Order: sequence, then structure tokens, then C-alpha cells
Amino acid sequence: MRKFVTVIAFMVVAIGLFAGYSNFGIPQIEPAPPPIEEKIDLGSMTMDQYVALGERLFNGKGTCKLCHNSLGRAPALDAISTNAQERLDDPRYEGEATNTEEYLIESLVSPSAFVVAGFGKKGTNDTESPMPDASSGSISFSQAELTAVIAYLQDNAGLEITVEIPSDLEPVIEDDEDEDAEPREAFTEIRDIVENFDCEACHTITEEAGDAGPKLSTIGAKRDRDYLRRALLNPNADIAEGFEEDLMPDDLGQQIYASELEILLDYLTALK
Amino acid sequence: MIIIDKIAGIYSLKSNRNKLVPWVVIVLLALVLLANDAHQNTIEAAQQVAEAIEDQAAAARTHVPAPKLTAADYPTVAGVNGRLVVWVVAQLHLWFAAFVLAVPIFVFIIEAIGMRTRDKRYDDMAYEFIKVSITAYSLTAILGGLLLFSLILFYPHLFTYLSTIFSETMLYYALLFFAESAVLYLYYYGWNWLQGGFRKWVHLTLGLMLNAVGTTLMLLANAWLTFMMSPAGVDPAGVFSGDSWAAIHNFLWNPINIHRFVANIAYGGSIVGAYAAFKFLTARNQQEKAHYDWMGYNANFIAICALLPLPFAGYYLAAEIYAYSQQMGITLMGGIFAWLFIIQAVLIGTLFLSANYYLWCGMGRSDGAKRYTKYIKYIAIVLVGSFLVWFTPHTLVLTNSELKSLGGPHHSILGPLGIMPAKNTAVNIMIIFTFLSFLFYRRSNKIATVSWEKTGNICQVALFSSGIANILFLGIYHGYFTNTVYKVAASIPQVVTTLVVIVGSLVLDSFIYRKSRDVGPLHWGRIPERAQYALFLLAVAFTWLMGLMGYIRSGIRQHWHVVDIMRDASAQAFTPTLGYAANVVSVAALLFLAMVIFVFWIAQVSSSKTLPAGYWKE
Repeated sequence: MRKFVTVIAFMVVAIGLFAGYSNFGIPQIEPAPPPIEEKIDLGSMTMDQYVALGERLFNGKGTCKLCHNSLGRAPALDAISTNAQERLDDPRYEGEATNTEEYLIESLVSPSAFVVAGFGKKGTNDTESPMPDASSGSISFSQAELTAVIAYLQDNAGLEITVEIPSDLEPVIEDDEDEDAEPREAFTEIRDIVENFDCEACHTITEEAGDAGPKLSTIGAKRDRDYLRRALLNPNADIAEGFEEDLMPDDLGQQIYASELEILLDYLTALK
Repeated sequence: MIIIDKIAGIYSLKSNRNKLVPWVVIVLLALVLLANDAHQNTIEAAQQVAEAIEDQAAAARTHVPAPKLTAADYPTVAGVNGRLVVWVVAQLHLWFAAFVLAVPIFVFIIEAIGMRTRDKRYDDMAYEFIKVSITAYSLTAILGGLLLFSLILFYPHLFTYLSTIFSETMLYYALLFFAESAVLYLYYYGWNWLQGGFRKWVHLTLGLMLNAVGTTLMLLANAWLTFMMSPAGVDPAGVFSGDSWAAIHNFLWNPINIHRFVANIAYGGSIVGAYAAFKFLTARNQQEKAHYDWMGYNANFIAICALLPLPFAGYYLAAEIYAYSQQMGITLMGGIFAWLFIIQAVLIGTLFLSANYYLWCGMGRSDGAKRYTKYIKYIAIVLVGSFLVWFTPHTLVLTNSELKSLGGPHHSILGPLGIMPAKNTAVNIMIIFTFLSFLFYRRSNKIATVSWEKTGNICQVALFSSGIANILFLGIYHGYFTNTVYKVAASIPQVVTTLVVIVGSLVLDSFIYRKSRDVGPLHWGRIPERAQYALFLLAVAFTWLMGLMGYIRSGIRQHWHVVDIMRDASAQAFTPTLGYAANVVSVAALLFLAMVIFVFWIAQVSSSKTLPAGYWKE
């Protein structure tokens, strides 16, 4: 009987250790809840807000960033201003697009129309894309959502935004980080924004603070608004000399409200 | 027919030494008949294709799209959490099913070895293994029924949708279950009856049939779950085309089949190993100890044999998931589930260390083992080092000050240890060194008699050294000097290198130790009791790991019942944290182990006899 109890205790302790390690030895990341359908008033949106919606869809519901990131799993999207036309002119191109906007839409709904060399499904000789059709399946972007993502991609690449905000009100699905939580109030003071997003942990802005990121005390004299927007939302797009990739969190776009982003940009461009 | 008669006649004049003659005649006959029917077949084939298309179109007309559900479509029963119930019951069912499907596979092999060697110990061990599984079989069926009720009760629309697609396979599944039961009972209860000569062949054939039916059952059940991950035979709205084979033979079916088949054997080996360990610890005399030590050794050997290829089967499955859906693949390996693989590393490390530790302790059975014991510490260092590499995460979760002092979320030197080339390198090295442990164990009681023993050993060292160097080179090159797209390219050549080392070494060793002498008799039972706890740990770690990996396999569907086709709209559609999942798996594992202990106890009780004096009339 003593051995029987010893064996039982041994097994319970072993399982307890595995469970304990899983609970306390690794970070407990709370996965995002399933996306819920909510109506967004597209009619009252500014283009900046529409771009911000596109960015949220790009990072969230569309799961685009899983692959289109600095790790090189899929083609980078910050250079489409130059390479979209090159691809349209490529003899391998089989689609029907005639300009960058059409090419982007086609890439989202018919990704195999052109597969960038080296990014095709294994064994297909770059004729078939591993990317799903973003207008169906688990992503199922609506027309308004597709257009919002195009607007974001154009903005992100420094292109003129050619799409228009649809005038009809379509339901738009957005990832809700926590459906039970009250949405926070948007900050209107720059001090609150800087503190809330912990910018000074790494950057020196007005007084000596972090030095893990570039000094920002005179950033407005060196960089324009578009550059700073890109640096905030896609920090690995341009890395300042002497600093490394992946240092700055790349999920700011998912956390900051559009109005806060504009206040922050106003502030940073004024630092001269 | 005259031609055939002549051909048969010519061959009948020849010596009957050529046993291929009847087959040649049959093949020729078949060719003649096929040639005559070729034209007819072409027409018939075209008609069949047309009919099949019409059948499928008709079937499509009779099937409906996958339902779009709301939270109200999921019944609430007595406030019970439906997902939790289905999760735990499904996991319990799977553990028992894995066990009862695996045991007949190696029981069949052990029985065949017994027949071949005429060593009755093998036959007795095979019988004892199947005896343990017979009670587990009933529990498997009970839990299967419970799972069915749970699904109907908590997920009625999902079950209805799946049953319209898999109605035929569900019917065959039920019928096969009867066949499985009939063959199992015949196989078990007929063991002592069907002994010797032709009867033994009949019994072995029953064992083969048992495995055929059991494996078919597993394949059918695998089709249902893989359909939920990679649906096929349905249109984007979920309307079934009527082609059952397409639904069964979906993209992930075979990768899961292979992975489960191998994993089941490893798992079955570990559970009967725990049984043998328990019996060893409670043995009443040296003879029993020797018997259960031998049984435990064989069970551990089975578990290790299946454990060694298991990482490759798992890698193949993950690669196929990635090939099917890049999103699903990245969610699995680089998304919210990425940290789960750090837990997996702990479990895999436990498995390898337990299995090796048992082998090292087992070397004490031989008086010749001390020639090799000096190397064990080095194997242990390599295993722990490889474990630590596997254990290293890629992206660290840090505070701002930690982030600042480290200069980023990845350590500049240790960061690459978190990605696949390093993990693949670590697991291949672990496999090679586990094999080395086995090789030392195998050699421990042997003395080679061939004149070229020294040369053979040098070749062995060269084989191992060059294999390890190649694995390290591939891992370092692809880990540090290529971009992300090519980082996984090291995996295949690394696996091939490992297989070459193992197979090459086994062949070489078998020649070196051909006609070898034994150092002395093996002392079965001469093993420390703590070694038995390594067998328990092996069983517990396997159980827990299976539960965790089952969670991730199911979890990567996220908020979909059937990926991209039928959405989970229940309140429980969210993906839980890893801690929560680990707690569910732990509770289920404790329930399972309690039931397994019951099974062991029942197996012991069934062979006990109480003779109450004066109770019965004389």
C-alpha cells in the first residue's frame, strides 16, 4: 500500500509541476476574442480614420501581418509605390489590373494572379500563392474593409490615396480586444499620450529619459510627418542608424486612437 | 482459353520448383481479359464518370450549407460548461483509444516473435499486455458513447452538420466497432485455446485482423476531425458535394494518420511500461521482479522505438498544416500558440531524459556494462544541453528596463536558439544520443569476436562524429546565415543525416557483434527501484503531452467549428490562455491515470483467487 501511495503521489507531483510551469513559468498571453460584427459609420469618417481602420484590419481581422512583416514570410508592402508597376509589366503577370489600386485589390482577392518570385507555394514554381482570398473564408473582408486596407497600404507606402470611402453603410467586422471591457476615453493631452504608451521608456523627448531608441527632442527638424507616421505604425520600415530592428513595439497602431495619433504627430513635428 | 491451357501445359511440364507459375498464369489471364474488355471499359468508364457527376450534382441539391449559428443555438444544460465537458471527455476517449489501438500492434509483433523463436516468455508477455488492454477497451467504448452524447447535447448543430457529411462513415464505424469487439474477444479469450501449430497461425491471423479493424476505426475518426481543420468535398458555403471519399481524404488526413499511428505505439508502450513498473515495485519474489523487469524493458524499448521517429512525424504534420493554410501554420508556430512549444520542450526533455535514465539504470543487469558507464555523463550533458536549446524561446517577454538593458526582445546570440533550425538541431542530437544510449545498452553484455572490432569501432565513431558535425553545420548555417524563408530548409537533410547515422550504425554494429560472446547471464530484476519511476514519468509525460498537443491541434481552428465554413458562435468560442488549457489537461490526465490504475488493479484482481475456508458446502 505504501508503494501504491508513493506512485500516486509521484504522478500527481509530476502533473502538478507541468501545470505549475505552464501557469507560472511562461507568460500568460490572453488571445484576442473572436471578431464580432459591429456597424461602423463610414459616412462620418475622415480619410485618416479610414486609413486607421484599414491598419486595424491589416493587423487584426485580416491577419495580414502574420506574414507581411519584417521576418520576410511574405513580400514587404512598404515599397509598392515602385514595385506594383514592375509586377504589372512582368511577363508572368496573369491578372487584369491596370494600375496600382487595381493591382492591390486583385492581390487581396486573387493572390495567385501574380506571385512574387520565391513566395509561391512549395512545388508550384511560384504560380500559386499561399495567401488566401481575403474576401472569403476566415477573413471575409467586406468591400468597405477591402478598400480600407488598400487605403492603409497606399498611405503606408507613401502613395496618394486613390480609393474613396464608400458612401453606403456596410457592416464592418472589427476585432474587439475585450468585448466586456469599456472602451477607454481617448486622450487629448500629449503628456497623457506619451505616458500611456510609455514612449519615454526608450526615447528622450523633453528631458533625459530612455536611450534604447533615437532621441526625439528635435525630431521635427529632421523628419516630416509622413516619416514619423510610418515610424510609429511600422517601426521596422526605417531603422535609425545605430539602432536595431524589432526594438520598438509594432502594435502601437492597434492601441492608439486615430485622434491620439494625430496629436502625437502634431507634437513630434513641432519638436525642432 | 486454349492459349491459356497451352501456356499452363507448358509450365506444368517444368519442375514445380518455380512457385511463380500459377501467378504468371493468373496475370496473363487477367491481361487477356483486360485487353478484350479494354474498348468496352472505355465506354463504361465514360458512362460512370457521367453518372458520378450526375450523382454528385444530385447530392449537392439535397445538401444544405453549413448553418450560421448564434449563441442561442448552443443549449445550456444545468449550467454546465459544454466546451469543457466535450474537451475532457474527448481527451479521455482519445487517451484510451490510443492505448487500446496501440497495444494490439505490439502484441501482434511480440506474439510473432514468440512463434518465431519458440520462446514462451514472449507469448506470456503478449498475453499479459492484451489482458491489460481488455478492460481499457470497455472504458474506451463507454467514453466514446459519452462523447457522442456530449456532442449531441452541447453542439447539436455541429453534430448534425458533420453527420450529414459523414453519415456513411459513421455507419461503417459502428459496424466496425462490432467487428473490433468480436475479434478482440476471440483473440483474448481464445489465447490459450488457439495454441500450437495451425491453431497458433489462426490466432496470429486474428491479431492481424484486430489491428486492421482497429486501424480502420482510427482512420475514420481521423477523417472527421481533420475535415474540421481542412474541409474538403464541400463548397465554400459548406454544401456537401456527396463525395464521401473527398471529405475523408482531406488535406490533413494522412499527416494526422501517420502522426497518430506512431504516437499511439509510443504511448501504448509507455502505459504498459508503467504497468510493468507498478508490478515490479509490488512483486512478491525475485522471479516476479525478473519477469516484470523484462516486461518493463520491452515496453520502454517499444516506446523509444516509436518516440525516435515521432518528432519527424510531428514536423511533417506541422509542415502540412502550414502548406494547407499559411495562416493556420503561423498561428500554430509563430502566433498565440508559440509559447506552447516551450512547454512542449519541457515535456519532450522529460521524455528523452526518462527513457535514457531507464536505459542507463538497466545497464546494471549486465556485468559487462561498466565498460560503457563512463560515457553516460557525457550523454547526459548533451541531452540536457539540447533540451535547453529547445527550451529557449525566441521572443522574450520583458519589462521596459529589461528591454533596454538587452537592447531588444531577442538576445543577439541566444535569440537564434529560439527558431526552428536550432530546435531541429537539438532534437536530432537528442535522438542520436538516445540511440547511442541504446547502443551502449545493447553492447553492455556482449564481447565481439571479429578480428576487425577496432576498425569497426573507429568507423562507428566516424559515423557518429560526421553525422553530428553535419547536423550542427546545417543548423548553424541556416539559423544564423540565411533569411527567414530558408530557415526551415535544414530540417530534411538533418533528418536524413540522423536516419543514416542510426541505420548505418545498427548495420555496422550487427556485423561487429555477429557471433559475439555474452559477458554472462543478464540479471533481470537487478535494477534500482528508482528506475521504475522513470517509467512512470514516461507515462505521465506522454499522457500530458498528448493532451497539450491535442489542445493545440484543435485550438488552431480558433473560432471555427469547421475552418472557414462553420463558425463557432458559442460563448466558449474564445481561445483560452495556455495556463487554463494546461489546467484542463492536468485535470483530465489525473482522471485518466486514476482510471488506468483501476484497469491495472482489475487486471491484478482477475488473476487472484480467494479460498474462503468453510464458506461452501463440502
